[in-house]
Amino acid sequence: MKLEDFIHNTGQWLKGTGAYANIVMSSRLRLARNLAKHPFPNKADKKELLAICETIKAAMDEIPQFKDSIFLKIQDLDNVDRQFLIERHLMSHEHAANPEGKALVVSKEEILSVMINEEDHMRIQVMESGFNLEEIWNVATTIDDELAKKLDFAYSMQWGYLTACPTNTGTAMRGSVMLHLPALVMTKQINKVLTAISKLNFASRGFYGEGTQASGNFYQISNQVSMGHSEQDVIQNINGLIRQVIEQEEQARQALLLQNKPMLEDKIFRSYGVLKNAHIISSQETVELLSMLRLGIDLQIIKDIDQKIINDLFIKIQPAHLQKLEGKKLNAADRDRKRASLIRQKIGGN
Amino acid sequence: MKCDLCNKKATVHLTEIVDEQMTEMHLCEDCAREKSVQMEQQFGLADLLAGLADFGKQVKKDESVNLKCTNCGMSYEDFRKFGRLGCSECYPSFKMHLATLLKKIHGANQHFGKTPVKMPPSEKKKIENLQDMKNKLLDAIQSENFELAAQLRDQIRNLESKEK
Ligand SMILES: [Zn+2]
Ligand SMILES: [Zn+2]
Repeated sequence: MKLEDFIHNTGQWLKGTGAYANIVMSSRLRLARNLAKHPFPNKADKKELLAICETIKAAMDEIPQFKDSIFLKIQDLDNVDRQFLIERHLMSHEHAANPEGKALVVSKEEILSVMINEEDHMRIQVMESGFNLEEIWNVATTIDDELAKKLDFAYSMQWGYLTACPTNTGTAMRGSVMLHLPALVMTKQINKVLTAISKLNFASRGFYGEGTQASGNFYQISNQVSMGHSEQDVIQNINGLIRQVIEQEEQARQALLLQNKPMLEDKIFRSYGVLKNAHIISSQETVELLSMLRLGIDLQIIKDIDQKIINDLFIKIQPAHLQKLEGKKLNAADRDRKRASLIRQKIGGN
Repeated sequence: MKCDLCNKKATVHLTEIVDEQMTEMHLCEDCAREKSVQMEQQFGLADLLAGLADFGKQVKKDESVNLKCTNCGMSYEDFRKFGRLGCSECYPSFKMHLATLLKKIHGANQHFGKTPVKMPPSEKKKIENLQDMKNKLLDAIQSENFELAAQLRDQIRNLESKEK
């Protein structure tokens, strides 16, 4: 397994399988774990960071779930490769920005990944297509147990798993679900929904990472609180909330079809038309049009494209992906051309 | 430094969590008082009744100045500035301050959930027992059975003081 192999693969989480895949793109869980007795990464010098990396790697080498995974030292990667991994949702900007003593472990289908020495010694991520946090929890907790057999984790009887930032202390678990909510946006109900979500102590953010505005009508909803409720309870709470949002989106879609079908069809087919024919296109425009196309597929207004291709395009149209596909550095103007040609090629355009 | 809310001189410094990011708030006396009323509402009646909130033990500002983790050398002031702890030993080192902060962030001060798989069964039992009692305490308060609540509170305090 090499980094170069990833570019031609589609991460499992983009395959459009699993429950409610028409609305839920993917589900993801992250567990933060720290080794007892070692300083957290922000207080560790280079030697210490490397020692932590080695300790964790040695433990992983004996765990079957990590057998086919790739181990990357961030410092060995060039800027495009780092950006590429961020674009694939496998690591954070923070992890790439300060690469000394940091590593990333990624499993073959990109379901499991671990950032080593990001804010905590380990950020274990499990990500899959569709709405299935419970299944993902089973995967994550099994891997956590395997690691805990070989490593001593920082843990307190009162406060649970100890993390560098007190916002993660306790279960140190963050569950999040990526939703595609175009109908709630079009019917101008989205702000109402997001306000309700934040009142319930859940966070929402966009598709392209932390701090980004939602684009392409994608919203990632996650739990804020990590102490006082067990992992299963938190997952049940997220699930309950997500089910309601799904229902609202479904109702909004039906309402659009009922009241405004010609307008909706027009919007979707125009998006299809532009994507099939554009020769220069920005990422912002692409994302908005792909969102409409995805909705068209879900509503069976467009029948000749597989949703998986669209999901994959949301990732591949980003700058580092385009450059990896082209095999060389591209400036912004080149990328807008490359993006358009990639899309035409994938959806059978002109 | 000016108050973030009204431009008067800031004398109180608080840590606030917005969108998972920890930010410092610098407030004047008046705005801080406003804020603390809001905080009390967040802590909620249940904790006041149970006497588990660390209200009586609010740490005065000057006490925290020289607070340092003996393991990694992180000072409490630096933690407040950067929002990150330096090691797992920072938790016991800043226990009082963190109890208040964690309560504010999570609305809870006791972990419920997983324990590391390697932990000895006796330890595990202790943790489960403590979690169980805290659950019962909440139930007792909700059903207004204050006599039982007081009993449970004392038992919990007893267990927690043995832990230190
Ligand atoms: Zn003020
Ligand atoms: Zn420390």
